[in-house]
Amino acid sequence: MLQIHNLHVNVAGNDILNGIDLNVRPGEVHAIMGPNGSGKSTLAQVLAGRDGYEITAGSVHYLDQDLLPLTPEERARAGIFLAFQYPLEIPGVANVQLLRTALNSLRRARGEAEMDAIDFLEFVKDKLMLLGMDDSFLFRSVNEGFSGGEKKRNEILQMAVLEPQLAILDETDSGLDIDALHVVAQGVNSLRNAAHAIILVTHYQRLLNYIVPDQVHVLAGGRIVRSGGRELALELEQKGYAWLEDKASQADNAADLMEARL
Amino acid sequence: MGNLDLQPHFDNEYRWGFVTDIEQEPFPQGLDGAVIRRISATKGEPAFMMEWRLRAYQHWLTLREPTWATVQHPPIHYQDIYYYAAPKTASGSKPKSLAEVDPQLLATYEKLGIPLQEREALAGVAVDAVFDSVSVATTFKDKLETLGIVFCSFSEAVREHPELVRQYLGSVVPYTDNFFASLNSAVFSDGSFVYVPKGVNCPMELSTYFRINASNSGQFERTLIIADEGASVSYLEGCTAPRRDESQLHAAVVELIALKDARIKYSTVQNWYPGDADGRGGIFNFVTKRGECRGDNAHISWTQVETGSAITWKYPSCILRGDNTVGEFYSVALTNHHQQADTGSKMIHIGRNTRSTIVSKGISAGHGSNAYRGLVKVLAGAENARNHTRCDSLLMSPDCAAHTFPYIEVKNPSAKVEHEASTSKIGEDQLFYLRSRGLSEEDAVNLIVNGFCKEVLKELPMEFAVEAQKLLAVSLEGAVG
Repeated sequence: MLQIHNLHVNVAGNDILNGIDLNVRPGEVHAIMGPNGSGKSTLAQVLAGRDGYEITAGSVHYLDQDLLPLTPEERARAGIFLAFQYPLEIPGVANVQLLRTALNSLRRARGEAEMDAIDFLEFVKDKLMLLGMDDSFLFRSVNEGFSGGEKKRNEILQMAVLEPQLAILDETDSGLDIDALHVVAQGVNSLRNAAHAIILVTHYQRLLNYIVPDQVHVLAGGRIVRSGGRELALELEQKGYAWLEDKASQADNAADLMEARL
Repeated sequence: MGNLDLQPHFDNEYRWGFVTDIEQEPFPQGLDGAVIRRISATKGEPAFMMEWRLRAYQHWLTLREPTWATVQHPPIHYQDIYYYAAPKTASGSKPKSLAEVDPQLLATYEKLGIPLQEREALAGVAVDAVFDSVSVATTFKDKLETLGIVFCSFSEAVREHPELVRQYLGSVVPYTDNFFASLNSAVFSDGSFVYVPKGVNCPMELSTYFRINASNSGQFERTLIIADEGASVSYLEGCTAPRRDESQLHAAVVELIALKDARIKYSTVQNWYPGDADGRGGIFNFVTKRGECRGDNAHISWTQVETGSAITWKYPSCILRGDNTVGEFYSVALTNHHQQADTGSKMIHIGRNTRSTIVSKGISAGHGSNAYRGLVKVLAGAENARNHTRCDSLLMSPDCAAHTFPYIEVKNPSAKVEHEASTSKIGEDQLFYLRSRGLSEEDAVNLIVNGFCKEVLKELPMEFAVEAQKLLAVSLEGAVG
């Protein structure tokens, strides 16, 4: 579904990603972990199509098409969803209005009929019920005056409504209490089936108790320094990231030596 | 964010810029006593009306254009303007029915989306159509007459209800009020007149559609709305003009009078030609609008969506004379390219327990300049006056401007006056957020702008809110990226 090959990304003159390789197949859940500043969020933003990131090398393919030339809305319409680490406030716009406008944008792009307000309300209420969320969410302005946890749950609601083929969650679990964490897990697990894939960007392995990943990758210095199964996350929790970062810098040194020789 | 360029969203075409090729009956250019007498004679006005016009003219000669607004324009040559222009009719007078209206005029309104055939007209909205200096048609008149409601052109009211006109005209905006109001009082051509008798709730929206067509002409309409005791009415106005390189003057006066327990809601969607991208042409919209809550418990509410005109200069205001009266002002002003707006409201608290609300939303794009100017005045006798003012500015480009000039004068210590203001820029982050949900950049901008204006748009009657939303969207439309 998603093939990232040797991806290098530069932001404002700094190399943030230095050769990412990642292969995500339908039905899989991948967790990307790593210390602050390792490039996790950059990877998520690049996949969603944010401006200001210069791709200096490598490629990204999604469903056999080149993802990189697509605009953010084209990517969304192709089934990619990013749950934001810091969701934005849109004052005066009711949540339900954004949800329906967004869903209808996707439906139009797929050649499907738009959903009218009444059908949509029924549809979205089912989603709220599934997530154990209150109807009042619908009529509040998008994220305005929401607590941190409410904002994250709202991202999950959007995801549940848009039913993306590839969902990327950027630290959706950070700062959540245990109830909100359940909501997030519930949302992700309900999306999980053979056709959908999920990338969880996270600091902590706590979320992975609820959403069991197929693969765990550790990002350090803009590179995946280690990949493994669920047990890798547990190992990280015990040992921290430092031992992997050391490895990464050793690798850097090795690479520099190689270059010097050539 | 500093150099985020949203300009492509604003480079729309002005779709109402066409000219109707119709034979005109203009008076000679310029203004003197003879022109005023001729306007009055053409309209068959009683003597009091002509005398009032002439007194206004004499006063106007003593005044100078105001210079305090944050707007700039080349000098207006008042002697180059045609003060009266009317589409020529075969009979020489206003058509008695739609069958007599020039089909080309009907087609013009059709093209503007204002069907004047009653069977096609919007259910629940009666329309008075003003073309240059005269009213060409008024719909649903007969139906309203059965309730005793007078809804007609101003000229007709002067002839048929002179006692009402005489009693109320100039009682809220006297002809000495300001330069443009004086000029209007001298030369006003037509406009709408509404009288709702005691205890009657007007069952439909009343609406006037103003159209400037003739070149080099000014439009000086006069609107007078009276809601007698316990009456209520909701009135809407819309306006467009052709695209021309030279600027045209529009100086209107609107007076509202709400007697005891009466309620008037006045909504405007102003879409005069704004000029081109380089600031050539466009309407100078210098308008005086004021309402008086003359009796106790009266309520006047102004709502305006201002997207057109090269320059907008207007301050729809409320004089809260009766006890427990309420004044409201809700405004959205969008300035793009080189448009300038200096707009706001005055709330004058005279009676006891009077309350007022001002909500102003300014959107600036391109080199547009948007100023909120408002006065909240609480007189010594106004026990327990309350005002809440909120003005928000949304900036869309690096070269636009937003200003706020709130004036507060309080002479009674029991008053509570609150003023809130904010300025924000439309953010790249917000746009990315919405686009990552599948919205096009254009839809994302529209959604943000509509959210910003929501408090004001929700005050508009349903049909008009939809129209205003579309108009904002059109003003935000353009080739994306």
